[in-house]
Amino acid sequence: MDFYLTALLQGFCFSAIALGIYISMKIFNIPDITTDGSYTLGGSITAVLLTHHLSALVIVPTVIVAGALAGATTGFLHTKLKINPLLSGILVMYALYSVNLSIMGRSNIPLINFSSVFTWVNISANPNHNNFWILLLFTVIITLIIGYLLKTDFGIAMRATGNSESMIRALGVNTDRMKIIGLALANAMTALSGSLFAQLQDFADISMGIGIVITGLGSVIIAESLINWLKINSVWLSLALVIFGAIIFQIVLAVTLSIGIDATYLKLVMALFVVIVVSLPLLSFKSSS
Amino acid sequence: MIDLKNIYKTFNKGKANQVDAIRGVDLFITEKEFLVIVGSNGSGKTTLLNLIAGAVFPSSGTVHIYGNDVTRLPDYKRSEWIARVFQNPLSGTAPDLSILDNFRLAAIRTKSKGLSIGINEPFRKSVKEKIAMLGMGLENKIEQPMGTLSGGQRQALTLLMSIMDTCKVLLLDEPTAALDPRSAEVVMKTADKLTTEFGLTTILISHNLKEAFTYGNRIIQMVEGKIIKDLNKQDKASLKQNDIFDWFG
Repeated sequence: MDFYLTALLQGFCFSAIALGIYISMKIFNIPDITTDGSYTLGGSITAVLLTHHLSALVIVPTVIVAGALAGATTGFLHTKLKINPLLSGILVMYALYSVNLSIMGRSNIPLINFSSVFTWVNISANPNHNNFWILLLFTVIITLIIGYLLKTDFGIAMRATGNSESMIRALGVNTDRMKIIGLALANAMTALSGSLFAQLQDFADISMGIGIVITGLGSVIIAESLINWLKINSVWLSLALVIFGAIIFQIVLAVTLSIGIDATYLKLVMALFVVIVVSLPLLSFKSSS
Repeated sequence: MIDLKNIYKTFNKGKANQVDAIRGVDLFITEKEFLVIVGSNGSGKTTLLNLIAGAVFPSSGTVHIYGNDVTRLPDYKRSEWIARVFQNPLSGTAPDLSILDNFRLAAIRTKSKGLSIGINEPFRKSVKEKIAMLGMGLENKIEQPMGTLSGGQRQALTLLMSIMDTCKVLLLDEPTAALDPRSAEVVMKTADKLTTEFGLTTILISHNLKEAFTYGNRIIQMVEGKIIKDLNKQDKASLKQNDIFDWFG
């Protein structure tokens, strides 16, 4: 049971990154690889600030601003310097490795025995249950914020930017500015995930972000398959499914490990899983027609 | 009100693929005019429209709208005056957004897109009323994604969206080129109706000579980046459809 609870907790941790990827990939149609760097950025800033005994009230805003800056840099490279979005993300991610290393001062910071967002409130005596409630609350809050944002006039303009750029420019929206804001928002969410995960695992590591973008992409792709399959138009349901995707992805990961697959093959198996989820709608259409 | 003075536009200047799209155009368009532009492919019609819209800037010359020098003003800042309907029915609307969301954006074209929720019951009602004007039965489908509609329906809605906010100038770039004759007629009639009812200044590019003949109160012909014919209301009225056909002979 604890095994699946851990998977669930990790799923909640990754809900922010999943929402971030949902914003960059689904809403803006930009494959944003900055993610790997901004995730570690969130983790490393959290580790350094925690070891300096700063409270969550300082850490959370700092992490959000730092992630947003990383995303805005990618957005700037893409829109103002006209660099391909994929390359812009790769460049910023690459540069962030040095930034993260210099923030931490070394490649790994253990956080055991430091207070964190999870020791802040005591809802339950069982630390796992305590973590569960805190993460659930956190996930609900960010989902509400993003959901509200997407319903506003600004949010509709954001959704239209990735959907029909010529139209939204004709309707008076500076799409460059919109993309920069969108990538900033996406990476702020990603950094928040990194921060939470570092606190949950009690350490931050320079390589914690490697390949993390797949976790986000996997979650969004699972959600997208369901959204298309169930023909969902509602913003709220879509976001809920993205969170659901993040959790399912972690549970599949946990199951994969529990049935005794060698951890060496873990990433291969997860990549295959994503391929299967992506191709499922296609396969089922073929058999029905 | 729209004043183009001595406009030249060259793409890829100095390169092997240099294109002189506009070579010295002077054009003054008065308020409430319905101007039709005809010309063969590559004659510079779309470039001219893009210059007015601000999607491209002239190599030399000036563009004034209502006396404001907008020569270097980008398209999204000109949206205060200008609404645009594209040739491709898909580029005027966002396919994954609902009809209602599309109309919301159109309704705040000249305003800032703020952090408040603008779609409420009165807004919903006003959108339904406007869409009912088209007589296509779309007023009950406003929650549907725009992408589920046909090209003709989308183009008609795009036209309607342009008058959701204060609009002075309507730019129509071959709006019916991709439509079947029936939808094309609905779209053109809607454009004509909106132009008269809302006192718009409309500029239409058309390859369809029947459309060019039927609609508008001024017609110009472009050849190789220059205006070679300019007929005002009386001259256009005395024109026969075959005359326009002969221009292309």
